[in-house]
Amino acid sequence: MGWIGEQIDSVKSMQFRQLFTQAISLGMIVTSALIIWKGLMCITGSESPVVVVLSGSMEPGFKRGDILFLHMSKEPIRAGEIVVFNVDGREIPIVHRVIKVHEREDTGEVDVLTKGDNNFGDDRLLYAQGQMWLQRHHIMGRAVGFLPYVGWVTIIMTEQPLIKYVLIGALGLLVITSKE
Amino acid sequence: MHSFGYRANALLTFSLTILALMCAMASVSDNLNSQSPTATVQVLNVNRFQKKSNGDDEVGITLDISADLQSLFTWNTKQVFVFLAAEYSTPKNSLNQVSLWDGIIPAKEDAKFSIKTKNKYRFIDQGSNLRGRDFNLSLHWHVMPKTGKMFADKLVLSGYRLPESYR
Repeated sequence: MGWIGEQIDSVKSMQFRQLFTQAISLGMIVTSALIIWKGLMCITGSESPVVVVLSGSMEPGFKRGDILFLHMSKEPIRAGEIVVFNVDGREIPIVHRVIKVHEREDTGEVDVLTKGDNNFGDDRLLYAQGQMWLQRHHIMGRAVGFLPYVGWVTIIMTEQPLIKYVLIGALGLLVITSKE
Repeated sequence: MHSFGYRANALLTFSLTILALMCAMASVSDNLNSQSPTATVQVLNVNRFQKKSNGDDEVGITLDISADLQSLFTWNTKQVFVFLAAEYSTPKNSLNQVSLWDGIIPAKEDAKFSIKTKNKYRFIDQGSNLRGRDFNLSLHWHVMPKTGKMFADKLVLSGYRLPESYR
């Protein structure tokens, strides 16, 4: 009870300028995070340089909750690469391995077939209706490195939005009421 | 300055930094490993070689794959994903890579193996260009670490040829 009273007193005693400064520093933190994210997008050449593994289709290599670092270069797509791709009509990107490549002699375009290591069949079931192959424009990046377990934070926040709001609320409160 | 909040914050930041550093060093230590994998592949039999109803050629073969990939394993290796791909070119396609078989090697002891197997995935061409076609069989491996950078390489074995006529 006394702690709540102290918090209310500290909120009341703040002047407008102090509040404004706090709000600006919060804005700066958010903006620099955004700059780092966009910078990573430029460096890796990929729309999302970091993805979280959501399903168990690549086990035991990648488990749910791992994060993958992506990189997209102009190098042609070859069998064995682990690629992240979007299927038309699905919003969640899929991370699977390329098992077949057919590259056209004349245009240089490729037809690619993928499969999750832990799945029995290839990904034709996941592609859009009538689609048998992926083309280069479907592919967002290749996985080049990974960190285990770190992605659980994102999974928890996505699947239990209550925790996300509680965290952001607590952070906001901390920023407002801190004395520095 | 010495409240629980400050101490917890400092501890958390420090431990996360150390953890990140350790993951990076583990990944860098993988580069010190010198690799000397060996492999041989034999085509034991062409079981099936036909033109499907949609005009594409399909081949069914039995392979004998022997390999020693033990030198690829380091203390930071979680598993090695190995697959065998047939690579060939046709007038229409400058490069075709078709994975015929793959497997996961979870530990160093299992990295020296010899198996006889039919092709796990269908060997289908885009078109009807496989009769008498020369092809390479390349054994690819993909080393997946416990943390950090993954790396892949392959061993190309050439000199294989498909039969001149369907059977």
